Amino acid sequence: MQASIEIPADAQLKYLLRLGDACLILGQRLGEWCGHAPVLEEDIALANMALDLIGQARGVLTLAGSRCAPRVDEDQLAFLRDERDYLNPTLAELPRGDFAFTVLRNLMLATWLKLLWQRLQRSSDAELAGIAAKALKEARYHQQHAADWLVRLGDGTEASRRRVEAALATLWPYAAELFEADAVDAAAVQSGLGPAWSELREPWRAEIDAVFAEVSLAAPADSRFRSAGRLGVHSEHMGYILAEMQSLQRSYPGGRW
Amino acid sequence: MSAAAAAAPDRRAQAWAVLATVPDPEVPAISLCELGIVRKVLDHGTSLEVVLTPTYSGCPATEVIERSVVEAIGAAGLGPARVSLQRAPAWTTDWISADGKRKLREAGIAPPGPVADAAVPMRFVGRRAEAVPCPRCGSAHTERLSAFGATACKALWRCLDCREPFEHFKPL
Repeated sequence: MQASIEIPADAQLKYLLRLGDACLILGQRLGEWCGHAPVLEEDIALANMALDLIGQARGVLTLAGSRCAPRVDEDQLAFLRDERDYLNPTLAELPRGDFAFTVLRNLMLATWLKLLWQRLQRSSDAELAGIAAKALKEARYHQQHAADWLVRLGDGTEASRRRVEAALATLWPYAAELFEADAVDAAAVQSGLGPAWSELREPWRAEIDAVFAEVSLAAPADSRFRSAGRLGVHSEHMGYILAEMQSLQRSYPGGRW
Repeated sequence: MSAAAAAAPDRRAQAWAVLATVPDPEVPAISLCELGIVRKVLDHGTSLEVVLTPTYSGCPATEVIERSVVEAIGAAGLGPARVSLQRAPAWTTDWISADGKRKLREAGIAPPGPVADAAVPMRFVGRRAEAVPCPRCGSAHTERLSAFGATACKALWRCLDCREPFEHFKPL
């Protein structure tokens, strides 16, 4: 079996992995809908968004790999890390749930990524700024798509409304992690690599509330629960998704299509 | 000036002419040049470098495009060539040439309108997106079926007058 790679403890690298892993893991979750979405158009839409996210992850992970010594490539980072070395927020790794769950999570994460990419366009790292300028345009489409569907489901039938409300109750506590500040953020702000996530809290909440207002959804009260995927401490679901993603590269090192 | 240096601009111009004949693999109605993804052709003396800007981050056609560029330049006797990718500034559908847009329409794909940059306000169900004229009958009486289509760059629409479905190249 192919052994795991070592990830240096470097704040700038962690900042990039948090971003790249959020795209990678959400992309993998959305890809699971391929062949399973409620209608063909949504099957195509979710697969398209998965493709955008995996493309964004490739760019960010390639950049992250260039900061490792010895240098590693996007595939090594995607497939040969241990669970603790993946730094996506936990929200991204939760199982895909039903369509309402997927739509609401997409709204939460696409809005967050959009705000992040907007600011990363001014990153001191020219490569990251270039990736952000491209990804921003894609994230806008993802946010619009999710907002459209949330309104449709929220104003739809009793069953769709019930599912949206159930998804909101489950997902909302995981949002807090998206705005936590720590030393990794501080280092990124210091070097100009990117913004502190905490800076996104208010604009994120304003955009989410605007969508919720369309369908009279109220955000639940904040809880004291804090997920910690960005610190490498994941939910029980992470091991399963990594097993599925990694089994081929672990069993057949360097295997290619 | 050496003979090779004097010939250099010509070789680049020839390469541009070759690239103008290489179709986009997913939208073969238009060439890579018309799509606006060829940024530069650099002559390094023994080889050519073609600088491309990818359309979408996850566009699966990127690798096919790289291969077809290298093959086309090689087949024209201008090679060897290599491709490099330049992300910034990000590709926009505003870079699709006027000819490219006309060819898209002729192929039944509604071309993108100008990109409204910066903060595009969110629109919700019930608030109609801006009408895209039908590429077949020209009617503005159309509706969007899905923001995502068979390729990352297109959306699905249909014409309510001639009843034909069509694809719309999304402004990006």
